[in-house]
Amino acid sequence: MSILSLDQPGRTVLFMGNEALARGAIEAGVRVCAAYPGNPSSEIIGSLSQVADELGLYVEWSVNEKVAAEVAAGASLGGMRSLTAMKHNGFNVAADFLFNLSMSGIRAGMVIVSCDDPLALSSTNEQDTRPYAKMLDLPLLEPSDFEEGKRMVSFAFDLSEELALPILVHSVTRFSHARGNVTLGPIPRGQAKPFFDASRGVFPKPIEQTHPALHRKLKRAGEAIQAAGFNAYLGPEAPELIVVTCGSGVGYVKEALHNLDAAGRVGILKVGGTWPLPAAALREHLARCQQVLFFEEVDPFLEDNVKAFCAQEGGALGGKTFYGKASGHMPDWGENTPDVAIAVLAKVLDISYRPPRPAAYAAEAAELAAQLAPARTLGFCAGCPHRASFWSIKNALALDDRQGFTFGDIGCYAQGRGPSGFGVMKTLHAMGSGAGMADGFGQLTRFGAEQPVLAVCGDSTFYHSAIPAILNARYNNASLLMLVLDNSATAMTGFQPHPGVGKNAMGQAAPKVDLAEVCRSIGAEVIEVDPFDVEKTTAIIYDLLQDLQGIKILVLKQECALVRGRRQKLLYKVAVDSDKCRGQDCGCNRFCTRVFKCPGLIWDPTAGKADIDEAICSGCGVCASICPAGAISREAV
Amino acid sequence: MTEQIDPRNVIITGVGGQGNVLASQMMGQALVQQGLVVTIGETYGASQRGGSVMSHLRISPTQQWSPLIPEGQAHLVVGLEPMEALRVMARYGNPAVLTLTNTRPIRPLDVIAGEADYPELEVILAGLARLSQKVWTVEATDIALAMGNPIFSNMVILGAMANLGLDWFPLRRDSFQEVLGLLLPAKAMASNLEAFDRGQEAVRELAL
Repeated sequence: MSILSLDQPGRTVLFMGNEALARGAIEAGVRVCAAYPGNPSSEIIGSLSQVADELGLYVEWSVNEKVAAEVAAGASLGGMRSLTAMKHNGFNVAADFLFNLSMSGIRAGMVIVSCDDPLALSSTNEQDTRPYAKMLDLPLLEPSDFEEGKRMVSFAFDLSEELALPILVHSVTRFSHARGNVTLGPIPRGQAKPFFDASRGVFPKPIEQTHPALHRKLKRAGEAIQAAGFNAYLGPEAPELIVVTCGSGVGYVKEALHNLDAAGRVGILKVGGTWPLPAAALREHLARCQQVLFFEEVDPFLEDNVKAFCAQEGGALGGKTFYGKASGHMPDWGENTPDVAIAVLAKVLDISYRPPRPAAYAAEAAELAAQLAPARTLGFCAGCPHRASFWSIKNALALDDRQGFTFGDIGCYAQGRGPSGFGVMKTLHAMGSGAGMADGFGQLTRFGAEQPVLAVCGDSTFYHSAIPAILNARYNNASLLMLVLDNSATAMTGFQPHPGVGKNAMGQAAPKVDLAEVCRSIGAEVIEVDPFDVEKTTAIIYDLLQDLQGIKILVLKQECALVRGRRQKLLYKVAVDSDKCRGQDCGCNRFCTRVFKCPGLIWDPTAGKADIDEAICSGCGVCASICPAGAISREAV
Repeated sequence: MTEQIDPRNVIITGVGGQGNVLASQMMGQALVQQGLVVTIGETYGASQRGGSVMSHLRISPTQQWSPLIPEGQAHLVVGLEPMEALRVMARYGNPAVLTLTNTRPIRPLDVIAGEADYPELEVILAGLARLSQKVWTVEATDIALAMGNPIFSNMVILGAMANLGLDWFPLRRDSFQEVLGLLLPAKAMASNLEAFDRGQEAVRELAL
């Protein structure tokens, strides 16, 4: 049983923001859902995949976001309501297609959810995706609470179908990965038969018709969003300040006004339809006072566009004092919080605010935490195959001694740039970019480059977008060693299956696309090895580096420790023989914990020897092969 | 009558892999069943990579608060790991805060590597006692290991939370059981309920 599919209209449940969006799609009769996982968006399609059978949906993990958007659009052209969801980086991948789709239009309702990650809590970069709405001429809705998230998605499907236009719904981490109350509505039953009406085509041209038509649709969308009540004014009739805000900002501003006891002085213009700008609401409410604060995350999207709107309106709205990112009142990066809202509102309203705790307490708490709680540096999980892989890469590069280095990519193994990956990974950009950049460096021998170049990518990243770069290397004869760290899952985002796994999003058996065979099919030399065999892996990498002409591919294949741990806790029972461990006196200087740094290993300061933490060790057994004293034993379970 | 404070703020903190998100989800779902309005904010971008993980719970009889607690406004801090409970105090603690913590440390990478020290448990508990109105402990990981799997520690902690005697935190066993049925496969019901019950029994107030 799943809460997402509960058919109990009127019941109130706790939903993650992503589930609220998914439920909105279910209540709107969505039939086809496709995405590539990426936090904070993953649970939208992930949760739908769990109820696909029960509700008669088709749900897929596509190989990348562009394909996912195309799958959703194809279903829409066939008359089926469709949903796609992606994190901000994924929106960039899909954008090329979407810039055509906005002009061609669609048929059945199609909703595109973009999830940003202000402060890059689980991302490589920080990006505000909202400006895309303006570039695409597509309507953009931003929910400010969970109930509204559900309602907005349902509304977006109807609007999309009415205008034959995809609708964007925008979320951030603090919505997607937050939870709150949602009241369930009915789940529609029955469905139309898919049909593509071939009597007319679906094209973005002729531009002289499609582009103006798109602008007319956008105007109608703005009116519909206003009529639906998503733009709302909350506060006194004649405030001294209006806060224009959206999304998670609405809650933070309310919380700040509560803490500052200033709700009677300030109005909130909650913008639920961020694009097109809510012209009617702006005209009505900005006339209330002269001071306007823009409270939004990352880019000044509302701020810049509302200022331009006010300039266009001229004298009708009166002169304004604007506070926001341009005035320096708001941070121009990172995520907002209630504390950010309290600080900016206290400043603008000239209120002196102190957090409700004595300063001496705050100072003592900060001091004790700094003294007693050292930071938790991120690292690979106990028994993670990536640690073993980077260990072998590091050692092979050291043996080779030509300052060889490794281009990196996105996934759990991105920690390969940190201490638990021994600093092996030297770059980190977009999905598949490590391979592409290595192609570039791999051409530099002609200019005298002497360093061997390596690239790593994960299995899911391989299918997502490393394939074109690998193909490019083969075609253009770039010299590099491509290491595919194949842990048989999209581990970083929650272990979603991919084409190499033999299972689809709905849990059904699927054809397995063997990535080594894909590489062999282009004529590249491919070797496969188990990274837990560090000696053999190191030797193979070293050997491959010695005659690096063209692209060579090494697949390091070992299942993610967490995925394996669900079936089988341990591969080996690992133990430290305290007689053999020479502890502090060993010349290794705590090699296992100091250098290898697996969290399953601990240093017992009392005994002065290494030990295994049985609550954490996942039994990969790799540490047994690195202890110079042979003090770590492993016994197959 | 106790003063009506709205919202009540709970922080559950720990290390990636300890089941923080599931624990807060279950607790929140159970409280919603009981008619409350709950908002949870979760930080788990790198949760499975050894980082600190924190859930903010806002419990209200009336309204959906934001998913983040303002500075200094935690009412109850729950540590799935003791050092993490202490870390949270720097930003969210106050003299009235109540603290419940597991006693089993998880060593940060820098401690394993010998670049930092993990203090004695007594030192951490003394620090928590200085910063809290009251501290409870529960040997959640040890209980879970005795049950055969450390993954039960989060349910032990939930049981302990339910037995702190806080009138504003009315987590009932029957609603917890119902939520278990909604969120977990049937075969997992008995063991998780047992962990909850053991936590209820095992929670102890720290003698100062």
